Amino acid sequence: MKKLIKFKIDGIEYSAKENETVLDVCKKNDIFIPTFCHDDRFAGEAACRMCLVEASNSNKLMTSCTLIPSEGVEIQTKNDKVLEARREVLKLTWASHPNDCVVCDADGDCKLQDYMYYYDVPSEKEYDIKVRDFEIDYSNKFFYIDPSKCILCGKCVNVCDKLVGVGALSFNERGKDTYVSFAFDKGMDYSMCVSCGNCVSVCPTGAIVEKSKVKFRMKETRKVKTTCPYCGVGCQFNVVLKGDTVVRIDPIDTTPNEGLLCVKGKFAFRYINHPDRLKTPLIKKDGIFVEASWQEAYEVIVNKINETKRAFGPSAFAGLASAKCTNEENYLFQKFIRAVIGTNNVDHCARLCHASTVAGLATTLGSGAMTNSIEEVKHHDVIFVIGSNTTETHPVIGNFMRQARKNGAKIIVAEPRRIDLADEAEVFVQIKPGTNVALLNGMMNVIYNEKLYDEDFIKTRTEGFDEMIEVIKQYPPERSAEICGCTKEGIIKAARIYAAGKKAGIYYAMGITQHSNGTNHVKSVANLAMMTGSVGKESTGINPLRGQNNVQGACDVGGLPDVYPGYQKVHIPEIHNKFEKAWGAKLSNKVGLSLPHIINGAYNNLIKFLFIMGENPIVSDPDITHVRESMDKIDFLVVQDIFMTETAEYADVVLPASTYAEKDGTFTNTERRVQRVRKAIDPIGDSKPDWVIIQELMTLLEYPQKFNHPSEIMDELASVAPIYSGIDFERINEIGLQWPVFGKDHPGTKFLHKDKFSRGLGLFTPVDYLGARELPDKAFPLTLTTGRVLYHFHTKTMTGKNNEINEIVPVNFIEINQFTADKYNLHDMQEVIVKSRRGETVAEVHITDKIGDLTVFMPFHFADGANMLTNTELDATCDIPELKVAACEIVEKV
Amino acid sequence: MMSQREKINLEKFELIIDSFQNIKGPLIPILHEAENMYGYIPIEVQNLISKKLKISNAEINGVASFYSMFHTNPTGLHHIGVCTGTTCHLNGSGKLLKHLEHKLGIREGETTSDGQFTIVPVKCIGNCDAAPNITIDGKVYNAVTITQLDELIIECSDK
Repeated sequence: MKKLIKFKIDGIEYSAKENETVLDVCKKNDIFIPTFCHDDRFAGEAACRMCLVEASNSNKLMTSCTLIPSEGVEIQTKNDKVLEARREVLKLTWASHPNDCVVCDADGDCKLQDYMYYYDVPSEKEYDIKVRDFEIDYSNKFFYIDPSKCILCGKCVNVCDKLVGVGALSFNERGKDTYVSFAFDKGMDYSMCVSCGNCVSVCPTGAIVEKSKVKFRMKETRKVKTTCPYCGVGCQFNVVLKGDTVVRIDPIDTTPNEGLLCVKGKFAFRYINHPDRLKTPLIKKDGIFVEASWQEAYEVIVNKINETKRAFGPSAFAGLASAKCTNEENYLFQKFIRAVIGTNNVDHCARLCHASTVAGLATTLGSGAMTNSIEEVKHHDVIFVIGSNTTETHPVIGNFMRQARKNGAKIIVAEPRRIDLADEAEVFVQIKPGTNVALLNGMMNVIYNEKLYDEDFIKTRTEGFDEMIEVIKQYPPERSAEICGCTKEGIIKAARIYAAGKKAGIYYAMGITQHSNGTNHVKSVANLAMMTGSVGKESTGINPLRGQNNVQGACDVGGLPDVYPGYQKVHIPEIHNKFEKAWGAKLSNKVGLSLPHIINGAYNNLIKFLFIMGENPIVSDPDITHVRESMDKIDFLVVQDIFMTETAEYADVVLPASTYAEKDGTFTNTERRVQRVRKAIDPIGDSKPDWVIIQELMTLLEYPQKFNHPSEIMDELASVAPIYSGIDFERINEIGLQWPVFGKDHPGTKFLHKDKFSRGLGLFTPVDYLGARELPDKAFPLTLTTGRVLYHFHTKTMTGKNNEINEIVPVNFIEINQFTADKYNLHDMQEVIVKSRRGETVAEVHITDKIGDLTVFMPFHFADGANMLTNTELDATCDIPELKVAACEIVEKV
Repeated sequence: MMSQREKINLEKFELIIDSFQNIKGPLIPILHEAENMYGYIPIEVQNLISKKLKISNAEINGVASFYSMFHTNPTGLHHIGVCTGTTCHLNGSGKLLKHLEHKLGIREGETTSDGQFTIVPVKCIGNCDAAPNITIDGKVYNAVTITQLDELIIECSDK
């Protein structure tokens, strides 16, 4: 370790590590230094000159953000000379700044205002300089840019370029005429801006400000730290509130998001205080919902449960837990279904996204989760993205991938669509939907033949290589290229780059998992990583990106039909006994029905009673017609949600639940980190947090639960699930812990499978390429693939309540390329009917060069949209439906 | 005889960008090429450079607007500038500029309607001992008189 440098600040001795600046040391020791342009996340800019200090070895003042102290130097941070210099900087800045604080949106939230006050700079202008006068750019839907109020600190430009990796903003002109704007001054239209709002978050003045619907002054607000309710990244932010209204979201510079957010996390919060929120229980009487008291609603539910149980037994029940609710709520929900109802028929939409990951990685490695941490993304030297549109679905992880690229990492992208990351990739292999295995086998063939594999790792850490390689030998790149519809050179180049990586990370999502042989796709990914020894090390591994805020947690805490909390199998007698004892109830040891089988069970009149907590299968599940019919046939449906969703319309009783902002609890993000969710406001209307509702129902069903607070539920969870055993609310108050956390003094697990796989030896599995079940044919000649867009989340229940988001992505659309468009004689933005064997939907044509010939893409967010068409064919191992490939046909709208 | 600027041909310009791929910091030389070919740097060309160099179009636009030698709007075939540095000013460059503006019927920074001339702003070019200086299409003419200026303009028009 390098020697510490000893030096003095204001007469007191401090020490600096190598490359630490004076500003770093001051910050660490709570010595106040004013800054405009500085941000801890990138190197000092020395642009604003506010951080000037006096150093004994220099005759001019130095910027502390760039000053590396030398041994013994004496630094003055607040002598007259320094203070006068800072005042001078402020006077000069103020001279050209509009003096309109009283009506400025940033009043009370402005560093210039604060420092002027702090340093006693009078508001009377000392220098006669022309006040900046620029036009305001209102072109972004979420924020405006007012260059007149800009002090040219450059933070927005730097954040956009260096941290987000988009580079939508830049300085234009020079000298006093300099201003920040989108490219060519043409606003959003010509811009690469993705409205992530990180520029808004860092702007020290009123130059880039959110267009707020509510007028507020900072002094009227309070802040509550919590976890983002959207994707699986689990960003930390402060909810800013005026009274009971959320007025803004401020990112926090901490693990895992390091102060970054995306458009959804930053701006799509209007659903919380939305007038359409469910505010009271509803009971359907003669086909019409009637408002009811909680007591009435509970009574109906309890009576129906007892009646159904008597008539048909526990196996006529099923429950859908929720990837959006907290761990505590999901734990309680599955306990309710298992211990009170007496069945394991509990599942949730993880079935539709990463069931194959859980199955595939559990068999090959022993644990079905991201092996690395989000923080490690930045330190890969090779990033292989396959079947994930990371910058849209997990934007902050996408930002870190771009940071890695700027640090020299090479990116490989294999996708049916030319996603944004493809433009930054060293190699982009455009494959046909559903051909991942052929591609991966082709890459492994190259790696094998060119002896690029890690022999030592294969020998010491794995088993089954010889059997697997026999299959790999049958996939020379020529054959794979033919199956995938790409060039063999692409496969060879991808293989060589991946194998050469010393810190290679694979990132995948639904493009790998949502197939009728999804488990095999996942196993194939594991084969590739193990073959090159690229797993079980820091910044090296296999990383399934979980789609929803708590889909990882909902699985962890037992929202699955085959496992109790902590992935403990229900059919193993010791485990079954353990839970019977812990919960004091008779439990079923029969693996329950998975989500698709619950829907089918309803269709076949086997499931009489379905309890849905915060899920919307009528939009999210494949073959909507079938789901609708199934919901129609169900004898009794309870839906607990924050809005009247498409599914809730079918319910017999609707229970109003609370959003994440109205409750305490925890979410587990995609990197296995259990993070706190904190109550910011009281439940809206008569709504209740999901855990309260479930607890009250359990108690009414003579299984008394007396949790006073979600932390007590977590304590119970920790007592039964070893991977969560070290977690309690106290420990994760500041920064969440990553499971497994074995015990209160266990630090959590940054990356999995170090030295040894969870299952012992990593298992190679021979995987042959099997096409999708439904391939294009004469009647349905196009291949449909589905996915998300940046602006919407899942079934739009939350994002769809934000007008600006709806303006950006208003209606269902279908992406096709020019070749396909010409074939059908279609023009851009035209409405068409798209048909498959299961149904039809209307979509707006978006002609793009993103997608290959005769392949089309449709987002799944819209009701009666893509999932009218998708296929219900299941993976035999894990029951995930083949949502990513279906054959379809375009019929022009008459 | 060069009577008009080149038409924008992105395929052709792509080859020019490619020819700079191996040098360090290729952006400025490429922008010079565009400026020379088109008299300004059209947006579609900036977007192409952005795509090829993997530099955001906002940053390219920022660089193009920073330097006075680059133009982001179409300019005339000939760029005439009168130095307004201190020495030139003292030696009567103000009169020269006024004369030029009057003769061409445009102000500094503007382009004649026939697309022949743009008066570009010129700060000190370091040739003070021969003030007043003017520049025409990058070439410096020193100790210029009004008569000479008229002759130079006629010369230009004949080109």
